[in-house]
Amino acid sequence: MMIDPRVNVIAKRLVNVKRVIAVSSGKGGVGKSLVASTLALVLKNEGYRVGLFDLDFTSPSTHIILNVPLVAPKEDKGLVPSLACGISYMSLVYFIGENPAPLRGIDVSNVLIELLAITQWGNLDFLIIDMPPGIGDILLDLLRFINRAEFLIVTTGSLLAFETVKKQVVMLCELKTPIIGIMENMQQTPNICCSIEDKTKKLGLPFLGKIVFDPNVESAIGDENKLLNTSIGQTLKHVVKNF
Amino acid sequence: MHEWALAEAILTTAAQIAEVEQLREVTCVTVRLGELQDAELGILKFALNEMKSDLFKNAKFRFLRAKTELSCRACGNHWRFKKEKLDPVTVEAIHFVPEAAHTFIKCPKCGSPDFEISSGRGIWFDSIQGVK
Repeated sequence: MMIDPRVNVIAKRLVNVKRVIAVSSGKGGVGKSLVASTLALVLKNEGYRVGLFDLDFTSPSTHIILNVPLVAPKEDKGLVPSLACGISYMSLVYFIGENPAPLRGIDVSNVLIELLAITQWGNLDFLIIDMPPGIGDILLDLLRFINRAEFLIVTTGSLLAFETVKKQVVMLCELKTPIIGIMENMQQTPNICCSIEDKTKKLGLPFLGKIVFDPNVESAIGDENKLLNTSIGQTLKHVVKNF
Repeated sequence: MHEWALAEAILTTAAQIAEVEQLREVTCVTVRLGELQDAELGILKFALNEMKSDLFKNAKFRFLRAKTELSCRACGNHWRFKKEKLDPVTVEAIHFVPEAAHTFIKCPKCGSPDFEISSGRGIWFDSIQGVK
């Protein structure tokens, strides 16, 4: 009888979380972590109770974006996420610091199950998940353990990014997974032939908005107020009105 | 894994199995605990007693310790995990998330972090007994 008991408490840990939003993309480098972190800040400023869970275990960055102190979470029948900028925050970095985490697929799945099983999120309106790129282990495990997660997909205007996004969309649609819509990040020049907005509509999905490339984003990293004033923050303020 | 979260996971899973097996009372639950995770048995037993429902009122909880064995994918070396060689902060990190071992432990032969935890990682149900 080789049964792993951890998986049986995951639903209990999330029972008081109203919505789970996975910020995702088929491609790396499109700004998922910045969008996820800023989305959490915007929702918190709108008065919601918000959590942020960094699932990019091998390349975590949301703790840098939000300048999260790496203080161990409190223990209370599990681990209670620390508050960072008023957001309940959980990441593997609490356990490994800034050291590398060389993890294979089975290890990645085990970390996810472990953190889902021990984290006491409490009452939240939104749990924002910063996803790693692609349609690998974490995406499949998220669909397995939190099948009510809704996806907010980030792309850039690049054909290379959007082609990978399309694959992700096809898979999520086949699985009847809710997709909130697609956002275009780092827009620099108008798309020549067909805009991301048009391409999104062809996929039958809502286009949430375009985030104009903002040279001030880099200097806003680690500063809540500056992040909210970037083009990412300003665009997301409009996007969340339809949540 | 945190002992209280672990206790809740054990009781939830045992109750699910009891329902499937149509047990009206559970008499014994045997769980295998990997030494890598280093669960504190005293806290775990206390948490089980505090959280258990009537289904487990006469149940015994047995724990089998499983040695942790690691296998290097790079050079094929096999070795035993020994927490005594690690500092307390690292032991605590591995306690909560055993995969943190890949950050802090290297193959003693070739230095690679690319190893498999071939046994003794976490917790597994071994058996459950009860009255129908």
